[in-house]
Amino acid sequence: MSGVWVWIEHNDGKIAPISLEVLGVARQIAGERGEEVTAVVTGHDVAQVAADAFNYGAGAVIGADDETLADFRVEAHGPLVAGLIEERGPAVLLTGASIRGGDLAAWVAAQLDAGLVPDGTSASVEDGTVVVTRPVYAGKLLSHTSVTGDLQVITLRSRAFPAAAETGATGQAEWVEPAVGEEEIPTKVLSIESAGGEVSLTDARIIVSGGRGVGGPEGFAPVHELAEVLNAAVGASRATVDAGWIPYDHQVGQTGKTVSPDLYIANGISGAIQHQAGMRTSKVIVAVNTDPEAPIFKIASYGIVGDLFNVLPALTEEFRNRLG
Amino acid sequence: MKVVVCTKQTPSTTAVFSVENGHVNWEDPGGKPNVVNPWDEYAIEQAIQIQEEHGGDAIALSMGTEESKEALKTCLAMGCTEAILIADEAFQGSDTLGTARVLAAAIAKMEDVQIALFGKQAIDGDTGQTPVQVAVKLGWTPLTFVSGIKELNPDEGTITVERLLPGGKETVIAKLPVVISVVKELNDPRYPSFMGIRKANRATIPTWTAADLAIESGTAGASASKVDWSNVSELPPRDTEVEIIEADTVQEQARILVDRLFEEKVI
Repeated sequence: MSGVWVWIEHNDGKIAPISLEVLGVARQIAGERGEEVTAVVTGHDVAQVAADAFNYGAGAVIGADDETLADFRVEAHGPLVAGLIEERGPAVLLTGASIRGGDLAAWVAAQLDAGLVPDGTSASVEDGTVVVTRPVYAGKLLSHTSVTGDLQVITLRSRAFPAAAETGATGQAEWVEPAVGEEEIPTKVLSIESAGGEVSLTDARIIVSGGRGVGGPEGFAPVHELAEVLNAAVGASRATVDAGWIPYDHQVGQTGKTVSPDLYIANGISGAIQHQAGMRTSKVIVAVNTDPEAPIFKIASYGIVGDLFNVLPALTEEFRNRLG
Repeated sequence: MKVVVCTKQTPSTTAVFSVENGHVNWEDPGGKPNVVNPWDEYAIEQAIQIQEEHGGDAIALSMGTEESKEALKTCLAMGCTEAILIADEAFQGSDTLGTARVLAAAIAKMEDVQIALFGKQAIDGDTGQTPVQVAVKLGWTPLTFVSGIKELNPDEGTITVERLLPGGKETVIAKLPVVISVVKELNDPRYPSFMGIRKANRATIPTWTAADLAIESGTAGASASKVDWSNVSELPPRDTEVEIIEADTVQEQARILVDRLFEEKVI
């Protein structure tokens, strides 16, 4: 059993950001094990994705390009990847800890009876085995986890690792056939609805968030204005979502999304433990709150004690002047 | 038609954790340290709604210890028609694969189940991988991150759901039987009724063991686990001391803060 494989997630013919991060980790792990990275590209019209995989450090690319693989249906992609692994015997399969990456990893591990470690935020090699650190108990504790057995299946969390650098390398992908035909696939995708141009919370470099202190749905206006100037995503605390002030998509925290941006600006958010669980790994946290005792100040790097309705417009104005 | 909802007793969302000699402890300031996994509430509600609309049974299933009966009683109080506990010392320490084997065996034993529902993840292990693995072990179709059920047609043997995608949603039609994991947008879970709580307290909850499920030793539990997660630690403290920015005017505060953020190279 040798070799480090990465299953590549892609959108509109481009490698997804999370898979570039996974490729970076794969190169590090493969380097320490003295092996090569193999990228597995499954989809339809994915020649460019395969070429890009070489450019981002894959030494080999195995691809499958077929109409049955155009939508991500795990019943089609899962058996294909599992079959290839069974045939070629890599030691490690890495994917992003996204909806698709998680489904694929779970499928492959179940079909091949392999150990699975999801949602890693750091990975290292000890005695040839990959050791993964992952948040557990809603991010309140860390688990240092390893997998025994011939195959280690690992998914890695978005924005926890730097993206792989371009190498300029080119190569010839090996193309294989799908594992199952359309008539054997029990699902059909009827329609896809994109969320529109909004910056997604989990991919965002900057998040501007609002809590109970915004006071009502219209109170999110200054939050949105600052987010727009910074090209940031808009986050929210559970209280504001439960009150119906903003849709659930925006909720950060234990029962919402876990985020890890470079900058998290928390406005009118007290910082309950459930909210912290979703954002405490942010690189820099700024808190704006009228209550100097709010727990959010305990994990913030910078704080302004004041009314967000005064502070946010001033911040927006200042950024607008500086950023042009 | 039978619908199964798999649920788990987990620490409450307000629980505060500590680790001593590798052993995880938790306390809850509200005095309720264990609850039904919060994500499961949406799955339980959906199971009950399907049972109300299509008849048959809504069966709550939990793998755990005797204590997990509390979670199952909550399911019964909400409106599930039956509850079954899976408990066997041989199952303790299972990884997701072992758990999936056991749950799949239990669901297969019930016969005639068309839909198995899960919350999107349990807030203790937080893996979110069990639903797909149960589906693979049963040979059923997994549908994860389901945010809406558009149509369930038992006669045609199909279900149409809306599920989350990165940056959007998709509508998928699938052949039954299916394993579904659900997200919060799906519904508003009901509260247990007074009558429901009384009924739940009187209910007998059968316990299925490895022997009942014909699970061979070495296929579940700690001995079969391929994942070693014994090393758990507390989070390193955030090594920051907050700098409270004070100035005469809010414009001046904004200017200082923006300076700092440019210095941090996060803009």
